[in-house]
Amino acid sequence: MTAQQADRLPERPALGLSGTRPSFLRRRSTRMIGVKAIAYTLAVLLGLLFLGPFLFALTGSLMHPADLYIVPPKWIPSQIAWENYATIWSLVPFSLYIRNTLIITGLAMVGQLVSCSLVAYGFARFRFPARNTIFIMLLGTMAVPGEVTTIPQFLLFKGLGWTNTFLPLIVPSYFGGGAFSVFLLRQFFLTLPRDLDDAATIDGAGTLRILAQLLIPLSKPALATVAILSFVYHWNDFFTPLIYLDSRELYTVSLGLNYFKSEPTAGGPPMAHLLMGASIIVTVPVIVVFFSLQRYFVQGIVMSGIKG
Amino acid sequence: MGLASRRVTLSQKEAILGLAYISPWLAGFLIFTAGPIVASAYLSLTDYQILVPPRFVGFANYARALGGADEVFWKAVYNTIYFAILFVPLSIVGSLAAAVLLNVRIRGQAIFRTMFFIPSITPEIAAVFLWIWILSPEFGPLNNVLYMVGIEGPGWLGSPVWSKPALILMSLWATVGGSTMIIFLAGLQGIPTELYEASEIDGASGWQEFLNVTLPMLSPAVFFNLVVGMSGALRVFTAAFVATSGGPMYTTMFYMLHLFNNAFRFLYMGYASALAWLFMMLVLVLVVTQVWIGRKWVYYEGEVQR
Repeated sequence: MTAQQADRLPERPALGLSGTRPSFLRRRSTRMIGVKAIAYTLAVLLGLLFLGPFLFALTGSLMHPADLYIVPPKWIPSQIAWENYATIWSLVPFSLYIRNTLIITGLAMVGQLVSCSLVAYGFARFRFPARNTIFIMLLGTMAVPGEVTTIPQFLLFKGLGWTNTFLPLIVPSYFGGGAFSVFLLRQFFLTLPRDLDDAATIDGAGTLRILAQLLIPLSKPALATVAILSFVYHWNDFFTPLIYLDSRELYTVSLGLNYFKSEPTAGGPPMAHLLMGASIIVTVPVIVVFFSLQRYFVQGIVMSGIKG
Repeated sequence: MGLASRRVTLSQKEAILGLAYISPWLAGFLIFTAGPIVASAYLSLTDYQILVPPRFVGFANYARALGGADEVFWKAVYNTIYFAILFVPLSIVGSLAAAVLLNVRIRGQAIFRTMFFIPSITPEIAAVFLWIWILSPEFGPLNNVLYMVGIEGPGWLGSPVWSKPALILMSLWATVGGSTMIIFLAGLQGIPTELYEASEIDGASGWQEFLNVTLPMLSPAVFFNLVVGMSGALRVFTAAFVATSGGPMYTTMFYMLHLFNNAFRFLYMGYASALAWLFMMLVLVLVVTQVWIGRKWVYYEGEVQR
């Protein structure tokens, strides 16, 4: 709905008032140019404000400490210190942390895509007793603060002997983890005509085949949205790894970054330029993934999320 | 008769299939949500420090928190509410302003939207490190900029007065251009253009249009963002955990940090469970209050059908 309306915006009807354009429309066109100029300026300023910290981090991470800790400040490195990144890599096993995070994020994402699709399909296409009540309960879990369940969950996983493994970070995703993802996919499935299912049923397809070969291929934007949300969430998650992972060789990028802060190096604790470089290393993958799937993401949110 | 029984078996078959498809979530709900909620209610009534089995103590944990025996508790409550009361309105106004800006059809709108959005997908801990440098009192860019315009910048994260505003600033940067803004943007684009045409015929100024058309039509989005933003703000954790560890002088000791310390540093699992339940009740009360007040000012289009 939104995209269509936005497309219609420029060709506003002149209200059919015989020949002469009403005065407010003439006034409007000059007003619009002024508004656009102001909006453009503000957008550039705001954009700089949002990206500023990254720019400082990027320049800072490429400076020699001598350039960084001086008054008056230097905004641009006098000599680009690429070796800072080599230093970071030698101090912190980031390759290992990235591998760990990719394993967790990848497996959790697959679990979420598969289990949320199954659950959403169940809610969208089948009638069963108390279906609406159960669905409202599912939505209700979004309002329960996760903190209330953290301690018993921790004790549960400890009892299973799963602490200090990746399992607590992955397994819940295979149980319809992420009520919002289920909601999103259900909304999307509901927009797909049932006639398709019926036709496939007549051709002898079972329900699982209808889901896998008919609905899933048609739901790429919604699935991509779930994938992005899942990736960003698991890649960025700090709290869960903090609770469950003790051994350094199991650390995720977020934990590794936090540990780096207090890691003793040659001349005392690592300095700002190294911390900033490490922060950029950790951030780049999320931004790359987001950019590559962004097209679907906006589409998916608009098509299923907003319609409610 | 044969037909009727066949229909029953068909709908029963459908019900079984449906339940089978949602069974992953049902099982997950019981194991990871419902069960733990019940378990934490029980644990909150016990003294449990992991090594020895839980010992029932009645409401002693709740009394300890509310009665002031835990000196940090009320400080944490105060800090958290301070944070939320400043952060939530600022983030809503900021996100709305950014959305209105993006809704003006300017060139490169998608690029600006992405620029605004990037902080919200940045790993929180990376964002904290960037800001620790930006806010660094002696050499940080922010105080450098302030110095250039003749202001002596404060000690930010190290100052008891400025530590909370500093964390609010960080959090605003990380959230204003995120999902809150996207929801406002979608809401703005869903407002029928006829309403603006009508208000222009009535001679409304841009600001009057915003107050009398845009805001009422956007009130469901404002409401949603208010509720979600509030429960998010009350959960503030990572920034304080990494940047200040609750200091200086407990000025950034937030509720979740206090809960985490009790549960996973001191291993007072029983007491921490009571803290978790108090928190859940606080969130519930706030959400219910907001829903109740919201009925008076939120306008749903469906209520008055054209």
